[in-house]
This record gives sequence, C-alpha cells and structure tokens, in this order.
Amino acid sequence: MAKLATKKISPRYRPLSQIATATYDASAEELKTYYRQMLLMRRFEEKAGQMYGMGLIGGFCHLYIGQEAVVTGIQAALRPGDKVITGYRDHAHMLACGIDPRAVMAELTGRAGGISKGKGGSMHMFSVEHGFYGGHGIVGAQVSLGTGIAFAEKYRETGGVTVAYFGDGAANQGQVYESFNMAELWKLPVIYVIENNQYAMGTSVNRASAEGELYRRGESFRIPGRQVDGMNVLAVKAAADEAVAWSRGGNGPILLEMKTYRYRGHSMSDPAKYRSKEEVQKMRAEHDPLDQAKKRLLDAGILDEESLKTIDREVKEIVADAADFATASPEPEPSELWTDVYA
Amino acid sequence: MSIDVKAGLKSQTVREALRDAMAEEMRRDPDVFLMGEEVAQYQGAYKVSQGLLDEFGPKRVMDTPITEHGFAGLGVGAAFAGLKPIIEFMTFNFAMQAIDQIINSAAKTRYMSGGQIGCPIVFRGPNGAASRVAAQHSQNYAAWYAHIPGLKVVAPYSAADAKGLLKAAIRDPNPVVFLENEILYGKTFDVPEGDDWIVPLGKSAVVREGSDVTLVAYSIAVGQCLEAADALAADGVSAEVIDLRTLRPLDLEPVIASVQKTNRLLVVEEGWPTCGISAEVSARVTEQAFDYLDAPVLRVANADVPTPYAANLEKLWLISPEKIITAAKAALYRD
Ligand SMILES: Cc1ncc(C[n+]2csc(CCOP(=O)(O)OP(=O)(O)O)c2C)c(N)n1
Ligand SMILES: [Mg+2]
Repeated sequence: MAKLATKKISPRYRPLSQIATATYDASAEELKTYYRQMLLMRRFEEKAGQMYGMGLIGGFCHLYIGQEAVVTGIQAALRPGDKVITGYRDHAHMLACGIDPRAVMAELTGRAGGISKGKGGSMHMFSVEHGFYGGHGIVGAQVSLGTGIAFAEKYRETGGVTVAYFGDGAANQGQVYESFNMAELWKLPVIYVIENNQYAMGTSVNRASAEGELYRRGESFRIPGRQVDGMNVLAVKAAADEAVAWSRGGNGPILLEMKTYRYRGHSMSDPAKYRSKEEVQKMRAEHDPLDQAKKRLLDAGILDEESLKTIDREVKEIVADAADFATASPEPEPSELWTDVYA
Repeated sequence: MSIDVKAGLKSQTVREALRDAMAEEMRRDPDVFLMGEEVAQYQGAYKVSQGLLDEFGPKRVMDTPITEHGFAGLGVGAAFAGLKPIIEFMTFNFAMQAIDQIINSAAKTRYMSGGQIGCPIVFRGPNGAASRVAAQHSQNYAAWYAHIPGLKVVAPYSAADAKGLLKAAIRDPNPVVFLENEILYGKTFDVPEGDDWIVPLGKSAVVREGSDVTLVAYSIAVGQCLEAADALAADGVSAEVIDLRTLRPLDLEPVIASVQKTNRLLVVEEGWPTCGISAEVSARVTEQAFDYLDAPVLRVANADVPTPYAANLEKLWLISPEKIITAAKAALYRD
C-alpha cells in the first residue's frame, strides 16, 4: 500500500510530518537564560492571577502557566527584526520579546502606563518596537494576520521570519487553512506554532479534532510539520532552529506542534471541571518545564541551590516592581477615550 | 456638475478612472499592491484592473485563491507591517466571509494598541444591487461598514470622484472600505487630466443646486436623483442634489446648509431602509436642523425584503427616479 502510494503521487512529495526527537545542546549561559525567562513568566502570571483575585485586573485574563518552554525556546531561535504574533494568551510572549514587564502588567490593570495606554487590556497588547504584533482576541485571526506580516517581509526582502502562534482550538478555524494554502503557494517566511495544550476552553483535542495529530494539519498544503515536546525548552529550541532555517532559507512555511499543557483554567473564571486534578498534578510532577531546566542546571553543576535562590529573588523583585507600577499608574485620561481611532 | 481644474478634462468610464487611480498610486509608492481574485491574469472580474499586471508584474498585482477571509487577514497583516494593500473583493457580497478581519482587526487595532499600529489598507470592489443576480449577489453593505469606528467608508458616483477618492483612500493611513457599483462601471463622465487629481475623503458635495427640496444620496442613487431633479424642474420644482461621497466620516454641513434653504429633505439610498445610511442622515438632520424643517424627513430606499430575481419584482424592489419624484412631491405636500 505504501509502495503504491509513493508510485502514484507527484515526485515533489516528501515525508512532511515527523515527530521531532532532537534536543538543543545549550551552553551553560543559554540554559541559565532560558530558566530565568521561564521563571519570570511563571512568577509574572502568578502575580497576575493574584491581582485578578484582588479585583485589580478585569475582564478576561488567560494565564500561560505550564507552557513557558514553548515561547522561550522559540524566541531563542529568532533574531532581531523577526516578528511574532499570537492570540489572547499573550503575556509571556511579550516578556519573551523583551517588553518591559511594567508596561504589560499596567495594561492588565487598565492604566495609562500600560503598553496600549490601558485601551487594549490583557488580550490586546502590541509592541512594534519589539516586533510583537499582538495580542488578538479572535481565535484564529492571528494566523492570517501573521501570514500577512510574513508576506510583507518577503515583499520587502528583509530576510525576516514571522512566528504565528495559535492554540489547538484555533487549529480548527477555516482561515488557518486559507493561510496555510497561500503561505505555501507564495513561499512566505512564516512559522506556524500550534500550542497544543490539549484543551480549547473545556473541549479536549480529541473531542474537537478529526485529526488530533495537529502537526499533520499542513500536509495537504505540503507544509512540513513537526511534533515537539513543548514542555522541554531544549526540544523546542532544536525544533525552532530547524524551522527558522527552513523559513529563512526561502522554503516557505513550516508547522510546529508543541505538545504542552496549561495548569490553570482557560481564563480566571474557569473552574476546570472538564479534567481531573490528577491529570494536572501528573503533568506538573513529571513534565514541568521549569523543574526540568532546574534539574539540568543542578545536574550539570551550572548552578547550585544558592544561586537558584538568587535568581528567584531577582525575578520576584522584577514582578513585584511591575505590580507596584501597575497599581500606582493612573487610569487613562478621559480624553483618551477619543484618541487613536484614526491616524 | 462643476469640477474646478486647471488641466483639461477627458471623457472616461468609472472603470477606467478606478484603474488609473490605482496605476498612478502604484507608480508613486512601491508599497502599494493589488491583491484579489482574478485581478491579475484575468484583468479583473469586472476588468477594473485592466493592464495592471503588465505594468507592475506579478509581485504587485496578485491573483489569490478564492479565500476572502484569508486574503483579507493577510492584507491587514501586511498593512500592520507597513505595506499599503489594495484588497479587491470580486463583489462586496463575498466580503462577508472576511468581515471579521475588516472590523475586528483592520478597524480596531490602532485603538487597541494605543496608537502603535496603523492599517493603511483599501478594501474595494462593487457593492449594491447588480442586475438580475438576485438575493445573494445584490446587496448594499454601506451601512454595515459605516457603523464601525476606525473605518472610513467611501461610495462615489462619478468617475472624477471615483478616481480622486480612490487615490485619497490609497494614501490615507486608515483602513478604507471603498464601495464601487457595477452598474456605474461603464458610465462615462468628465475626469480631470493628469495624475494629481485628489478628492479629499469626508467631504460631501452639492452636485445640483436648487431651492425647493434637498435630495441627498450616494453612489448610484445620485444619478437617479439627478434624473428626478430634471423631471421635477420640468414640473416647476427646484431640487438641490447632494452627493455624500464619503459615508464615514459623514459630512452633513452642506446638507444642513441646504435644508436651511429648502426646508425639505429627502434621503435616497439604493439599499434597505432599516438602520441604513438614510436613517442616519435623517436622525442627524432632525437633531441638528429640526427648526428648519417644514416637513418630516422622508426616505426612498429599496423594499425591505431580500432581492428578488424576477424582472418585475426586482424593479418593484429597487429605487427609481419615479419613486424619488413622488416622494419629493410628498415632501412638498404636492401631488
Ligand atoms: C472566533 C472566536 N470564537 C470563540 C472565541 C471564544 N474563545 C476564546 S478562547 C477559546 C478557546 C481557544 O482554545 P485554543 O485555541 O486551544 O487556545 P488556548 O486557550 O488553549 O490557548 C474560545 C472558544 C473567540 N475568542 N473567538
Ligand atoms: Mg488549547
């Protein structure tokens, strides 16, 4: 059967989808940086959760806790000038892009010091300066938008690539496939990263996806896919390196499915009745991205318990400072209601 | 209609005027490109992009798959990144597939980003009733887009306005929905020569002066108002006709000034009446010039039902000069 198939299909065909097994051989310095980044994301999100509980943050607030290795590993493979776009679960993506935690936290609290002057909120944050194009609240919209940003890179021959992150739930939106088709047709330098955290709100992948192996979703467009252990930052980095080389090399799009997990509810208002406590506990205990990185640092003798504590303290200070800023920053001026509608 | 130009005039169809507007702007700015279904090799489903592929090549004149949601989103992303896309919808009926990207992404991102991200894009294509194509291919979306803060919405009537407004739309740093009309594509008008003819967005224009009643319209309905005004003149009624041209932002100054003179207003729209542009004009004039009105503001719009196919029913459904004349007389309490 397999033989017959290879005979009949076009010679352009190559095995497109694979389970990635490589891990990146990080230097001591890199490993420390990844760990610190992930810790910053975790502590930032924990703080955001607390502040939400205190009523300082309103509306929807989607925490990234558990998924930190994905954005950390991908960002490490990018170079300045590359672009990033994602959905509403975006706080950590911004931190990874090097955006000031103060400006992010103050946006969550809806203050003038927020990165969108308090007018966007948790789901709608941007920083053109850092190549971060949002922060989008409509599930799947960022995939077409990101494809367009990649189109602009190619049009202007910048050599830049664009990373478009989206969820396992978003992977079922029609415009994702419209984008896949155009991206491959026009060989656009876009890296599609599916953050498969197993759930779209309360719907597990298998209840929503006829093909649950999401890394294969690009096959009918001839887009190569890789399934990656998204809890291991070094596996993510290795896959990201391959993807970036592929896209920057003019080969068009590539799809990375990151198998990951969110520990918290979908948003702050989600009691997460659709999964067992044991399931969450097992992921935390056996796959936590920070624990894995920490163990590596200790085992390799790069850091000892004492220096880990120092990092922890430094990160906590950054987060506490961001929280203070976000609480002290004033609300936007009433006149801001009417600005930024038109240029 | 008066066009104040130093250069000469040439006779052109709306179709040619639109094509020239795009070509001139593409010559001027390498960031401008045209994308849509059948815009390149086929030269446009309605031949509006005739010759553009030849002049600008496939990088800047791109045929897309039939994938409105996708290419609208792609265009918006490219505009976020600083390019100036012209996205052609084969007709605006199909832009409903893409309306989320137009509203949620193109219109709102400047606001949501605190002014960081602009979206200099034009969405253009034929809008409104075409001939005998029935309910799904024959509908006016002006009110849908004009409802949205962050968008500009343009709907020209004449070829000169089509050209000057499209050039202004392409240069505008905001997302512009540019509503053309299939039936007008082949209509010929005087258009100023040269490549510096710009008509600013957000300015309505008096296209015929009169003293007894004010007729306000946009797009194809302007032509019908002009026809009606001719007939009314023969009947001793002097009608002033105002072309809104831009529907958002809506420039009602000339309308208010006209109502102060005529004291009677008829708003004409080739589209449904409910929550339409005509409803908006009526509401605003009532708020701003109530004391000048000697009669209720009247509307002439299409029948509030899906577009029928049968020739007789379609005629009943559509506005017409006759319906405008009848309504104008009603506003004057004449019969
Ligand atoms: C078009 C659209 N439909 C529905 C929603 C509501 N909604 C927000 S997030 C979400 C689940 C998305 O899940 P997934 O893509 O897996 O991302 P995750 O939240 O797991 O990061 C839904 C249904 C929305 N925001 N946009
Ligand atoms: Mg998910």
